[in-house]
Amino acid sequence: MCLAIPGKIKSIEMQYGGLVRMAKVQFGGISKEASLEMLPHAKEGDYVLVHVGVAISLVDEEEAQKTFAYLEEIGELDELVPGSHL
Amino acid sequence: MKYVSEYRDADMVAQYLEEIRQTVTRPWAIMEVCGGQTHSLVKNGILNMLPPEVRMIHGPGCPVCVTPLNLIDKAVYLAEEKGVILCSYGDMIRVPGSKRSLLESKARGADVRILYSPLEAVKIAQENPDREVVFFAVGFETTAPANALSVIHAQRAGVPNYSILASHVLVPPAIEAVMNDPDSSIQGFLAAGHVCTIMGIDEYYPLVDRYEIPIVVTGFEPVDLAQGILMTIRQLEKGEHQLENQYSRVVRPEGNPEAQKVIQQVFTIADREWRGIGVIPMSGYEVRPEYVAYDANIKFNVNIEKVAESDECIAGLVLKGIKKPQECPQFGRGCTPQMPLGAPMVSSEGACAAYYHFSQAMEEVSA
Ligand code: SF4
Repeated sequence: MCLAIPGKIKSIEMQYGGLVRMAKVQFGGISKEASLEMLPHAKEGDYVLVHVGVAISLVDEEEAQKTFAYLEEIGELDELVPGSHL
Repeated sequence: MKYVSEYRDADMVAQYLEEIRQTVTRPWAIMEVCGGQTHSLVKNGILNMLPPEVRMIHGPGCPVCVTPLNLIDKAVYLAEEKGVILCSYGDMIRVPGSKRSLLESKARGADVRILYSPLEAVKIAQENPDREVVFFAVGFETTAPANALSVIHAQRAGVPNYSILASHVLVPPAIEAVMNDPDSSIQGFLAAGHVCTIMGIDEYYPLVDRYEIPIVVTGFEPVDLAQGILMTIRQLEKGEHQLENQYSRVVRPEGNPEAQKVIQQVFTIADREWRGIGVIPMSGYEVRPEYVAYDANIKFNVNIEKVAESDECIAGLVLKGIKKPQECPQFGRGCTPQMPLGAPMVSSEGACAAYYHFSQAMEEVSA
């Protein structure tokens, strides 16, 4: 649960009555919501490291793809689909 | 579980390992604090490829492993007796409490849910206004912003039936505790890259000076670990002690200021009990008084008796790096990931589980 997983911001929307900036982030075949509260300047198309539903850092595309491929290879993406490994 | 023999940048890893072999002239003990790094070191076989002089000691950096037994019992109590919807990360759900784990509570009918993110728990609370929803919020600095943000979301959206049971721990006080332990033999540290992504690196300078030890902020991929170890060994061989950042492609010296702001808004630093280690002063976060309405500990005021740890499990010695998992008499016998006796056998970031999976994989290879 300590890993941060890189993904690409597909779209951004405001939630909770316009108070919270949330992104749809694409991780390979899986898409998840992530808060952009910690990265106020992140925009559509950016690559971000996401940890338990919060984007914590911007990364470049090459870094994101390499890291994602590595996590996939060692089977560390289970936590995106909670309960799947139980 | 899958094991990797060929990974990204395998040539670079081999090159760093060769440089480590050429640089090292005498034995050194280095601790990687982060459980994710332990997992990666073991899983990629780097541990076995290091020269015998380099001894990696696995630190207490598995948040699930150091969450106190009493808090797990509290979570079980809230789920079973108070009828709350109890949510947490998958690993946390499986850690044995003194009577049972949350997963066992779920099997007995309690409403226990495994989530990817605490923000999902706030939505569950919104959808179930007549139920109380508690998120069991564990983690190091990396996870603190998400857990804090869930409280902020609940407040902004006016969700009164959401609260967190917080068990947050911090890396720098853990390094201090390890260095202050008279049995410790650690000469250098790999600091956790994702923790520093949030917090930055400044708080490690005083540790480098006070204990005269090299600290290298390191990522978790094989090439990062091999390079981080090489940087530490170089300093040790030269008799230097400095703070270096191996993971600068992700970690900025100042960290993520927005994330730090959110943490400070909701949490304050407090003494914290670490399972297997004891109380470490000022080593964790608790919910600020301004947010007590979201603090499950206070909201439900659960006082349950503290139960002594089983003495079969030597997790405390493993977490402090004094014993290796396979030196535990229960390892692989009374204690396996399917039937864990202690937390380090549950989480994939726990040292016992990392060694267990690795030894299984080795048997498969040699069979
Ligand atoms: S092998 Fe099991 S019993 Fe032994 S220290 Fe690890 S978790 Fe505890």
